[in-house]
Amino acid sequence: MYVAVKGGETAIAHSLDLLADKRRGDRAIAELSLEQIDQQLGLAVDRVMTEGSCYDRSLAALAIKQARGDLIEAIFLLRAYRTTLPRFGDSLPLDTSAMVAERRISSTFKDVPGGQVLGPTYDYTHRLLDFSLAAAGDRPAAPTAPADTNRSLPRVGDILEREGMLEPPPRDGASEDLTRRPLTLPASRPVRLQNLARGDEGFLLALGYSTQRGYGNNHPFVGEIRYGHVPVGFVPEELGFAIEIAEIDVTECDMVNQFAGSHDVPPQFTRGYGLAFGHSERKAMSMALVDRALRAEELSESATSPAQDEEFVLAHSDNVEASGFVQHLKLPHYVDFQSELVVVRALRAEVEARRRQAVLDQAAE
Amino acid sequence: MSNGHMTDLRTLAPGLADPAHDAQQLFRAVLDATSRPGRIVSLPAAPAGPGTPSAAATAYLLTLADRDTPVWLADAFDRPEVRDFLRFHAGAPIVTKRAEAVFAVLASATPQPFEGFNLGSDAYPDRSATLIVEVPDLRGGPTRQWHGPGIDGRAAVAVAGLAEDFWQDWAANHTLFPCGVDIVFTARTELCALPRSVAVEV
Amino acid sequence: MADDAYNYAYLDEQTKRMIRRAILKAVAVPGYQVPFGGREMPLPYGWGTGGIQVTAAIIGRDDTLKVIDQGADDTTNAVSIRRFFAKVAEVATTTRTDEATVIQTRHRVPETPLREGQILVFQVPIPEPLRMLEPRETETRTLHALSEYGVMQVSLYESIARHGRISKGYNYPVMVNGRYIMSPSPIPKFDNPKLDRSPALQLYGAGREKRIYAVPPYTPVKSLDFDDHPFEIETWEQCCALCGSKESFLDEMIVDDDGKHLFVCSDTDYCERRRTLPEAAE
Repeated sequence: MYVAVKGGETAIAHSLDLLADKRRGDRAIAELSLEQIDQQLGLAVDRVMTEGSCYDRSLAALAIKQARGDLIEAIFLLRAYRTTLPRFGDSLPLDTSAMVAERRISSTFKDVPGGQVLGPTYDYTHRLLDFSLAAAGDRPAAPTAPADTNRSLPRVGDILEREGMLEPPPRDGASEDLTRRPLTLPASRPVRLQNLARGDEGFLLALGYSTQRGYGNNHPFVGEIRYGHVPVGFVPEELGFAIEIAEIDVTECDMVNQFAGSHDVPPQFTRGYGLAFGHSERKAMSMALVDRALRAEELSESATSPAQDEEFVLAHSDNVEASGFVQHLKLPHYVDFQSELVVVRALRAEVEARRRQAVLDQAAE
Repeated sequence: MSNGHMTDLRTLAPGLADPAHDAQQLFRAVLDATSRPGRIVSLPAAPAGPGTPSAAATAYLLTLADRDTPVWLADAFDRPEVRDFLRFHAGAPIVTKRAEAVFAVLASATPQPFEGFNLGSDAYPDRSATLIVEVPDLRGGPTRQWHGPGIDGRAAVAVAGLAEDFWQDWAANHTLFPCGVDIVFTARTELCALPRSVAVEV
Repeated sequence: MADDAYNYAYLDEQTKRMIRRAILKAVAVPGYQVPFGGREMPLPYGWGTGGIQVTAAIIGRDDTLKVIDQGADDTTNAVSIRRFFAKVAEVATTTRTDEATVIQTRHRVPETPLREGQILVFQVPIPEPLRMLEPRETETRTLHALSEYGVMQVSLYESIARHGRISKGYNYPVMVNGRYIMSPSPIPKFDNPKLDRSPALQLYGAGREKRIYAVPPYTPVKSLDFDDHPFEIETWEQCCALCGSKESFLDEMIVDDDGKHLFVCSDTDYCERRRTLPEAAE
């Protein structure tokens, strides 16, 4: 008697053991520590914190270790932990002008107050494999910054805004929390921004790229990108005044875009905004491009491209949702498939019968 | 929050003794009642609450109300000990405008029982209010025939103490389907649900 | 034993209240999809997170839980979900349909008739029955609001025009209580008649799409059709190779390299009961 192979408790238990074994790899090789992941795979940690919407470097490092470096899996692990945490309240909005910046550049002006600060960037590396990294060894110490790191950096956008050249940041509605309430459409801009901040970097990168290739072009300029530390303020209800509860690293991108205006309204540049945890410039820039594209309707532009389609973008940006649903195709579907088989067999039989009848009819003529 | 009025913890009636499990049992009783309208369901885990409204009404709120669900109280129940109880145990904001309420507690004699509450919209009928209508008894009143989803054929229900025109108002509410308010009748430790989908023969 | 790091039944009480409120509204408006603040669950989206959240919000220590996938209790995902609840909700589990108080299912309705007091929780991938005809949520919401279902009628009619019959085998749309068109989830149309006026409560959870909907007991659920093309269910020439049933939904297996086929009941509990209890096979 043929017995169909069906998984059970034992099969699952063995699979988990095999996975744990693969995760550890060759026991002769030293095991990764969370500190090593945090320090030496820091950009992976940044991405997992951003899309996992949880700022905790060691938890993100743990998730990366557990996921064997699969960042989408790590994001999922962090999200599923985050969702069980109690909420104490909302922090105050970050004041990024109070950022102690490690990096700050503007592409719209040759020089800006506070200066262009290149900081650590891959931008000017030559992408040649550095074989010296294959061996352990001491690295040169970082140069110390001559700039006054205590000085706050005025945002380029604020300067343009004071002149009237750049629209003030759109203010539409109080913040909501997508992780507590379902998305309703059309979404407010705060909800859109939250969705994009949690959104998959690759998805947003492709969409942002598509706007540059003519699918909803906004003529973007990098008004400013800054990366550094900002304090997080919180007002505990029992105190009634703000206290600083943390300092976090963020990357902010202010994109300055194509001007709007008419015969009566003087033209102004418009904004797209991106913010990500840690050092995540590609993500922040992509987010800013897509944010601007999604403002098409608000700015009375024709919205015909994928990146301008709010429903399309917001419904497909989440890689935890997308990954789950794509991979659920691995689950058994044999009942559905059986229904299809029954239908297709019946249809084929009908077609075959008609064909046979046609041949008979022809022969009879 | 409490507008200068301090909650006196010494006189505050206790809430659910075992929050996770009591709320689960209470919810299942409420779900049973809602999915089988007209059936009288008793709430074994209901704490006594502040006295009035009934243990069933306060248990319903302890099970389902929290900081996300504003509660409106009819005059008969709008007393400091009721407000304190709901604020402390459920964290629910008490509102004075009917339109803002997710849950409302009414007495059987509250005039214009349906007036002004959120009815939901055709696109989002789920956003309508739920009215908890406190009655003297779930039995012994004039018998009405209920029919609709959850009822096998017809159910004879005899809620006591309702005003003459209550059922005309209900008929008007029912015709708004899928919009309209839902009702839960409560008395002592028992409740009986009347979702908007159910028609009541007048 | 529940893990102390997590609340009873995994979800925190505030989340449970939110889901419970959504369930009650879903019961009050049969067939209407209530949006809810779905949470990330420790299982992936598309693997039953909607059903799991519904089950977690209703289940208690007095319950007996059955979990099936494709009608079977022993498929890997059913095992995984059952294990999850046995751990986080300290709940008794069973494979017996008649012993369960809560049955979570993917893709099937049990063959054993359900009774009053039982709750059937469906895992739903795409809750919107009109989604494949109209991808926009804003549009389909309006169509439901206006009860404007012409697009579905046209789609079914086109199928008849092309194939001579409605060629939909699973996820066959139904009309609930004469008002809302509803997706019964990807159950085979064979199971659709079991939804009609069932004494059990049906709850549907879609985690990724963040929707909950319900069919209360004894509610009319009609599979869409036309007068000249009435709804019909799948039939087999074969019977179950194990229990001999001619009435149950059959799974097809390929048993040798030549592609020889064998048919067995998809509902493992039903099949086993028929084999062990001769009177059940009557």
